[in-house]
Amino acid sequence: MSDTKKKGFDLGNWMIPIIAVAIAMFIAGIMMKLQGADPISAYKTLFTTSFGSVAGFSATLGKATPLVLSGLAVTIGLRAGLFNIGAQGQLISGALATAWAGYALTGLPAFIHLPIALAFGIFFGGFVGYIAGALKAYRGVHEVITTIMLNSIIMALSDYLVVYHFREPGQLLTRTSEIQKSARLPFIFSLPLGFFIAIACAVLAWWIMTNTTSGFRFETVGRNKFAAWYAGISVKRTLVMAMMISGGIAGLGGAVETLGVTYRFEPAFNAGLGFDGITIALLGRAHPLGIIPGAILIGGMRAGASNMQFVAGVATELVDLLMALILFLVTAPLVTRFFKNTTSKSVTGGW
Amino acid sequence: MKYLSKRNLLIVLIAAATAYFYSKDGSVTTSVVSTATSFALPLALAAMVGIMCERTGIVNIGIEGTLLTSAFVAFFVSSLTSNILLGLAASIAVGSLLGLLLAVMAVTWKMDQIIAGTIINILATGLTSFLYVQGRTIPSTFPEYDIPKLMNLPFFGPVLFMHGPLFYFGLFVILSLYVALFKTTWGLRSRAVGEHPSSADTAGVSVARLRYINVAIAGAIGGLTGSFLSLELVGSFERGFTAGKGFTALALMIFGRWNPLGALAAAMMFGMTQAYANQLMIDQVIQIPTQFIGVLPYILTIIVLAISAGKVRPPAAEGQPYEKADA
Repeated sequence: MSDTKKKGFDLGNWMIPIIAVAIAMFIAGIMMKLQGADPISAYKTLFTTSFGSVAGFSATLGKATPLVLSGLAVTIGLRAGLFNIGAQGQLISGALATAWAGYALTGLPAFIHLPIALAFGIFFGGFVGYIAGALKAYRGVHEVITTIMLNSIIMALSDYLVVYHFREPGQLLTRTSEIQKSARLPFIFSLPLGFFIAIACAVLAWWIMTNTTSGFRFETVGRNKFAAWYAGISVKRTLVMAMMISGGIAGLGGAVETLGVTYRFEPAFNAGLGFDGITIALLGRAHPLGIIPGAILIGGMRAGASNMQFVAGVATELVDLLMALILFLVTAPLVTRFFKNTTSKSVTGGW
Repeated sequence: MKYLSKRNLLIVLIAAATAYFYSKDGSVTTSVVSTATSFALPLALAAMVGIMCERTGIVNIGIEGTLLTSAFVAFFVSSLTSNILLGLAASIAVGSLLGLLLAVMAVTWKMDQIIAGTIINILATGLTSFLYVQGRTIPSTFPEYDIPKLMNLPFFGPVLFMHGPLFYFGLFVILSLYVALFKTTWGLRSRAVGEHPSSADTAGVSVARLRYINVAIAGAIGGLTGSFLSLELVGSFERGFTAGKGFTALALMIFGRWNPLGALAAAMMFGMTQAYANQLMIDQVIQIPTQFIGVLPYILTIIVLAISAGKVRPPAAEGQPYEKADA
């Protein structure tokens, strides 16, 4: 086990994602060329927008914040042998709950309001994770299917709630009121505070994974359920816990997005953040700290995409294509090194 | 007693309810069930993709991506060439290519199959949304072809014999898959590979080759399903067009116990629920906020799996790469 951890910082191991990104950009470049666009100018605009200035970099970190958290959510699931595709739904529940706490609770000072609003996000995200975890542990329903279904259900539910119950008074758009000033996440030296919260979570998760019994339990269940059961670990409880924590972190991702960037909930705001988490987790080789560079890279691409569309005339969906290619390129070697020893049964077993 | 299971009871109940509604109002019930049938067929076909793969021991979570890509290809090839037959052919080709891609990842690279399928899904979303062009149309959808004589049957005529050609072909695929899987040598071999690959190997069956072939054929069925959706049922394509049908199909596969006819029955149950809910909405018997109408199949999927998943047994070697033992 410690072997894998060392590998996380091994230079040779880190070359694979970098090479994957380069090849993906090359392939996407050819596709842009075929569409009649100029890939060089597109990439140049994309990256100077997001990494070329302080304001741009701050926007990039803002975009990266929920991605670090959704990537972390997926990572924690993978560590316990669960594939949480539901980060999207958990993130949306968290974002909506936080937005409600942000605008409906009034008259609180920031140091109380802010934590409460964040806690709302964690709780509701965690609750959605819990549903999938309990169905997995006690009814044997595969988490990939439940989380996908829950994503769609929550999408509809949040839309309904905003339209009929939480809509900003007198507003035609489907969105909630703006959150109170006291619930806003501040900027530190023009960098969003939420980003540091996300990094702190990743470091904490890494520390718990490597230094505590609970972390050990997670890893053991992820590696071999039977061995874990034989060692007296309650596999079912661990699975439910893992999904709950994973959901809670995704919910926190939605919460920081609401409190630090969007300041309100609007159904379209959070589209895709949870799915990006899957790519980021696999790109970071399911390592709690390994996800950070991937999240910043993808955050940067998201931040620069609309300017790229404006300047180079390339659709913003280029980022989706790039991510898909990167994921494809990075997972084949990833699996031979990391997942193969985890035994495929532990991730895919038991519908 | 063998046939008196809970799920058969459910089928009987639904059939009885339908018969009752039919006796009360024939034309509405017929149209409801007919809608249900067109709703159910693509789901059942998509479930066949899962059954084909899992019976040989490959988990295919990428059905959604296969449907999305092939529906996209079907639509845009038809649109560019003004020929829906070319669109159909292209989508079946792309479907089998995606099947081969899954086979390469799962059989040759021995990757985690859930992740392999997810890659197909994400790749499909990325490619189709990047390449999507707004405002294109196809020359026509596959026209409805009413089967002479049979179409005049009361109830069954409109429900089964007044559809487009891909509907009949899809139904034919489902029935033949049932026969092939349980009555032919190929089927026996496939199931053996899915249950106990090392025994099949000892008996002289090439595990890898059979898995490759079956996953590719499954992909082709996925391509057909995509065509059915975009060229016959709907006649258009948008981003995220398949809306989770590939995942619902997996639930149907499980609920139908990895049996083509079981999955078909399960899909029909889904279709009926959706069609009745729609009808009740139209009749204003019940009021559901518009947001929830499309969600019904997802809720059903979860409920169905919560009831059945722990109790049914998947093919034993599912999800495990096969490693030949060293001699």
